[in-house]
Amino acid sequence: MKLTVEANLADPDEFYAMLIEAHRDLSDEQSQLLNAKLILLLANHVGDPEVLRQALDAAREGIA
Amino acid sequence: MGVFQNPVFEYVRSPDQDAPAPVRHAVAVVGAGPVGLAAAIDLAQHGLPTVLLDDDSTVSVGSRSVCYAKRTLEILDRLGCGERVARRGVGWNAGRVYFQDIQVYSFTLMPEPGNRRPAFVNLQQYYLEEILLEQARATGKVDLRWKSRVVDLRQDGPGVALRIETPDGAYGIVCDWVVVCDGARSPLRQMMGLECRGEVIRDRFLIADVLMDADYPVERWFWFDPPFHPNHSALLHRQADNVWRIDLQLGWDADPDEERRPERVVPRLRQMLGDREFELLWVGVYSFACRRMERFRHGRVLFAGDAAHQMSPFGARGTNSGIQDADNLGWKLAMVASGMAPVELLDSYSDERVAAADENLLHAARSTEFITPKSRMSRTFRDAVLLLARSYPFARRMVNSGRLSVPAVLRDSALNTADADLFAGPMTPGAPAADAPVVVNGELRWLLECLGNRFNGMYFAHGMSVLPGEVAAGIASLTLDRIPVETRVVVEPGNPIELPPGVMKLEDYEDLAAQRYDAGPGTFYLLRPDQHVCTRWRAFDAQRARQAVLRATCNEPGRSD
Repeated sequence: MKLTVEANLADPDEFYAMLIEAHRDLSDEQSQLLNAKLILLLANHVGDPEVLRQALDAAREGIA
Repeated sequence: MGVFQNPVFEYVRSPDQDAPAPVRHAVAVVGAGPVGLAAAIDLAQHGLPTVLLDDDSTVSVGSRSVCYAKRTLEILDRLGCGERVARRGVGWNAGRVYFQDIQVYSFTLMPEPGNRRPAFVNLQQYYLEEILLEQARATGKVDLRWKSRVVDLRQDGPGVALRIETPDGAYGIVCDWVVVCDGARSPLRQMMGLECRGEVIRDRFLIADVLMDADYPVERWFWFDPPFHPNHSALLHRQADNVWRIDLQLGWDADPDEERRPERVVPRLRQMLGDREFELLWVGVYSFACRRMERFRHGRVLFAGDAAHQMSPFGARGTNSGIQDADNLGWKLAMVASGMAPVELLDSYSDERVAAADENLLHAARSTEFITPKSRMSRTFRDAVLLLARSYPFARRMVNSGRLSVPAVLRDSALNTADADLFAGPMTPGAPAADAPVVVNGELRWLLECLGNRFNGMYFAHGMSVLPGEVAAGIASLTLDRIPVETRVVVEPGNPIELPPGVMKLEDYEDLAAQRYDAGPGTFYLLRPDQHVCTRWRAFDAQRARQAVLRATCNEPGRSD
C-alpha cells in the first residue's frame, strides 16, 4: 500500500487544534512522551510496514 | 542441601611432554567450557579423538550461563547427557514482564505438548560442565589436560603447531585441526591477530546467585523500573538447589569494584527480596558487547562460541548458540578429518553459523536498545511502549526484555537441496528436526532419540500395509553407500507393516510426527547428522537422496577437492 499524502482530514484546522490542545500545560519531556505514545498508537492502527516505512522516510526528509 | 564447591582437577603430566619431537594429534580443542566440551564429545562420538586443553583446573566459578533452550537440550540428548541436564535443572516455559509494579506482559514459549524437552532448563553452568565432563570422560576419546595454556599457535600448511605452558614447563604438539572455544576474550583469537567487530554496550549489570527458600513459580521474571530498583531493569530466575539468579542493571557510571562488595550488594538485594532470608553465594559485575568475527574458519583453526561471537545475555543466546556451533561443526570436522568430505565442508560451518550469529546479534541488539536505550528519544519511546502496555495488548508485544533463544533455521545453506514439492509448516530444508512422541517395539520414545548422529532418512508410510519393493530396495541400498543413510519408517499406531531387517519402525503416537513434518504416505525426509533437515520429497527416490547427501557434504561431482 502507498502512504496517503493527499488531503485526507475532513477538517484539518480542527485536528491541528486538537493536537496543540493535547499538549497544553505539558513540559517538553511530557510532550515528548505524549508524542511517542501517539506515534505508537497510530503506527499500530496503520499496521502496514511498507506504509510506515514511507511515512518514516517522508518525515526524515530534509532533516539530516 | 550443600552449597556448590568448585572441584580442583589435578594437573597430570602428559607423555607428550617427554616426547623427543612434538606429538601429532588429529584435533585439539582449546577451552573446556560448555562449547569446547560439547565439541569434544561430538567429535568423540564420530570416532575422532581430541586433546582438550584448558588453562584452569575447575568448572565455571559462579553460575554464569543459566538457561539452556530446548534445541540445546536436544543436542545434549544426541551427545548422551540431555536427560542428566534436564533432571538436574529446573524446566520452565513461561515468563512475565513488569513495568513498575504492574505486569505488562506474560508469555508461554511452548504451548504445544508432545515434546520431550521444555522450552528451557535452568541450571548453573558449573553443573552443566560437570555433566559434560563426565560424558567426555565416558567416551574414552577425550584427552583432558588441565592447567595447560596455549601460548603460541603457528599454522603452516599441513598442521597447526601449538605451544602449551603447564605447571612443569612448556611443550609443543602438532594438530591437524584446532577448535578454539576459549571464550569472549579469546587469547587464541588475539594471538592470531583476528578481530571480533561490533559494539561494546555502555551499561553494567550486577549478577548474583542467592540461596533462598522461595515459592515463586519457575518462570522468568523481568522488571522495568521496579519500585525496588528504580530507573533500572531487574531479572529473576530459578536455578537448581534453591539457588536464584538475580540480575540488576546498574548503568554505565557504576563502579564495578565498588558494586561487587557484599556491603553494597546485600542492601540492594534486600530491597528486592524484602524480609526473606537469603544467602549471597556469588556476585559479579559485567558489561557486554554485541560482535562477531568476520568468519569462523581460518585455515585449520575453527572458532566457536563466545570466542567467535558475543551478545547480550538477555535472550540466553550465548551458550545456546555456542552449543549449536559445536553441533554444526562436529560431524563436518569428523568427515573432513576422515577424508569423507573435502575441506570446503568446513567453510559451510562458518557460513551457516555466521548467519545464525547475525540472527542472534540482531535480536540481541534490539533487546539491548530496549533495555539500555542509547538516546533520550529511544528512552522516551521505550517508556511510551511500557506505559501503553499497561492498557493495550498491541504494545505488550513491543515490550522487549530479550527475545529468547530459538534455533537457527539454516535456510540459505548451500548444503540444502531446495524443495521440489509443496510442503506447509516449519520443517523447511535447514530447519532443526522437530520432535514427536513415537512408539518403538511397544515402548513410548521420542523421534529425535531414534535418529542417530549420521545421515538419517524418515519415510512416512501411514496407511501402507507393505513397503513398496523399490522403496525397500532403495532404503537398503542407501545404507551401503560410502556415506550411508539409515532410514526410519514412520507409520500410524498399530500398523503391522513388515520392514526389512535393521529398519526401525516408529509408530506415530498422536499423529504429531506426520503433522509437524506435513507428511503424507510416501513422504521422505533426509536429515543431516546434526538433525537439521537436508531436503524432503513427497515420494522416495534413492538416487535423489544420494545426490542430496553429496551436496550436503560438498562431495558433488565437479567441485574441487
